[in-house]
Amino acid sequence: MDLTLSDAERTFRDDVRSWLAENHPGPAPTEEDAAFAFRRDWQRRLNERGWAGLSWPEEYGGAGATQVEQAIFYEEVARAGAPQMANTLGLAMGGPTVIAHGTEKQKARFLAPILSADEIWCQGFSEPQSGSDLASLKTRAVRSNGGFRVTGQKVWTTYAHQAKWCMLVARTNPDVPKHRGLTYFLMDMEQDGVEVRPLRQITGDAEFNEIFMEDAFVPEDNVVGGVDNGWSVAITTLMHERAGLAFALQVDVHIALRELVGLARSRGVIGDPGIRDRLAQLHIEAQVLRLNAYRGLTGAMNRGAPGPEGSLGKWHWAEVNQAVGDLALDILGPEAQLVDDPWTHRFLRSRANSIEGGTTEILKNIVAERVLGLPRG
Amino acid sequence: MNFDLSDDQRDIKRTAREFLAARYRWPEVRRLALEEERAFTDAQWDEMVELGWTGAGDLGVVELAVLAEELGYALAPTPLQSTWAAARLLAAAGEEGRLAGGRRGAVAHWEPGLRDPEAPASPFAGGRLSGVKVAVPDAAVADVLVVTAEGGRHVVVEAGAPGMTISRAETLDTTRRLYEVRFDGTPAEELSGHGFEQAWLGVTAASAAESVGVAQRAMEMAVAYAKDRTQFGRPIGSYQAVSHACAQMLLEVEGARAATYWAAWALDHEPETALVAVSMAKAYAADAGRRVCGAALQVHGGIGFTWEHDLHFLLKRAHANARMYGDAAWHRGRVAALSL
Repeated sequence: MDLTLSDAERTFRDDVRSWLAENHPGPAPTEEDAAFAFRRDWQRRLNERGWAGLSWPEEYGGAGATQVEQAIFYEEVARAGAPQMANTLGLAMGGPTVIAHGTEKQKARFLAPILSADEIWCQGFSEPQSGSDLASLKTRAVRSNGGFRVTGQKVWTTYAHQAKWCMLVARTNPDVPKHRGLTYFLMDMEQDGVEVRPLRQITGDAEFNEIFMEDAFVPEDNVVGGVDNGWSVAITTLMHERAGLAFALQVDVHIALRELVGLARSRGVIGDPGIRDRLAQLHIEAQVLRLNAYRGLTGAMNRGAPGPEGSLGKWHWAEVNQAVGDLALDILGPEAQLVDDPWTHRFLRSRANSIEGGTTEILKNIVAERVLGLPRG
Repeated sequence: MNFDLSDDQRDIKRTAREFLAARYRWPEVRRLALEEERAFTDAQWDEMVELGWTGAGDLGVVELAVLAEELGYALAPTPLQSTWAAARLLAAAGEEGRLAGGRRGAVAHWEPGLRDPEAPASPFAGGRLSGVKVAVPDAAVADVLVVTAEGGRHVVVEAGAPGMTISRAETLDTTRRLYEVRFDGTPAEELSGHGFEQAWLGVTAASAAESVGVAQRAMEMAVAYAKDRTQFGRPIGSYQAVSHACAQMLLEVEGARAATYWAAWALDHEPETALVAVSMAKAYAADAGRRVCGAALQVHGGIGFTWEHDLHFLLKRAHANARMYGDAAWHRGRVAALSL
């Protein structure tokens, strides 16, 4: 057991820290399009430094960094309060999926513009009737000269209105068991058959979208991992989502917690025994999230791939982040009835945490079945 | 960065698991707990001395945690942890020689009504100790007692010292003997040194590790039972009400393990973090231990509530451990004091 950083890792941390200090772009603009352009610029600068695809192999434009270096990077970005990059889904999910399952031609075509943020990616998995039971999805892809015509509806699609490419899972064979008739496509969002409508959520924001597809065309070359093999490709995407994001998310909790302590202090309740007990418990839980993220990295490095225990981290994070939001409202007391951003927003947004990216119930099923070996229900 | 046991630590774990599994099957644990006056035999103690487990002063805290976790997993009744606790406090004063040659130690700390572990009140003056200590583990089998006294002092009393009366207490957890110890002008020597806080932290981390082992065992029993027991024609583990309870156990066991080994590692390698790390670990492991055991009993249903079933021994140890060395609420208070 050794929880210290190696000399090389310490050097890397110092590099990242000083680079971020020199290159921090300042506060983000509030207007939505300007904010996105700001994040796109930020990603370009990181990419010029070689850090947009930090964990990607060097042959694909990445830095070939170890998972520990990636973790260090996330922590330094959080510590510096640096902005998020624009193409998070392409970087964390789309790129790794193309690297794992794509053809050489696809790698040559798609990877570089993900890194440069020239092409933004979104994820078309969930449908109105297919949430947790993803494999039951109904969007159809039918062969049509040189490719497929896609018809159906996707929902909860982040960045759809900015995206050039959609990681789309659609049914190519309705006559086989549901998991076996799916195909993973890269669909061009800029075409007539694709319509994007914003979806207003309980915060009032429209962070997500619905996508309506009617005879949208996807060329044969944009099938990833083979026709009717989409389920296992989608699983790769989801595992990367849970493993990679788990690390970034625990950093986010630590930042929120710092701000929550500030709120308790400014509201004069920092000495309240009940509030102190809950703040202490959240500090402990946040530390456990961080430790388990590091343990997950050790496991992933020893095994070569993220494992199902990533499900534990995502589920635990959702609980902790929701507890942060709840405690914030309790600290605000009667004034929690009034909008007090960012806390009102944070509280409301956190309600989605136990639903998005795999509901807590589905994650518990995964842990029960794949880690504990309990029988399927 | 490697959040995994080293090869040497793994060896210690494997040896301990095999040794304890062979000697402490449930019928033997039950016999020791319910029938053996001291809850262990000389032969069992001698074997642990032989293995070098009693010389805890030479082990790192991570190694100690590995052993403590396995002792909790096996629920082995033994005065070993008491001896470790005494050994570490004695070592803080350079007095570890008092336990050479397989002598046993114990630490007398709690007093009637005392809740804050940092405020013992037993009077000590002129080399004479008075007062009443309660819930003292293994006092009657110790050759040397380390006793906390007013003003945060530590004194040492040899077995059989005049004015010391030891009487066995009835205990929630029958796998660990607790005693009431009365001192009435008992001759005692004050220990002096600077490492008492570190020693207490090591002992507390080991206690957290023991709770991790207890919770791990209870979880494994619950999962095995959930696979085996059928109702309504299906294994009960196929119902989400049961399987999700088991998944929750894993979340808490793994969280407790991560926090505990971090704390143990910090004590060995990063002392400036150790104080908050140990309190985080103890608070989380205390809660996890009792919650996991409670949930495991629920998964077992009626059988888990019977005296014949072994699960109650784990539940009782988990609840007892949760109150040793400061309970979860007290440690959260310290986390708050250090973090807010």
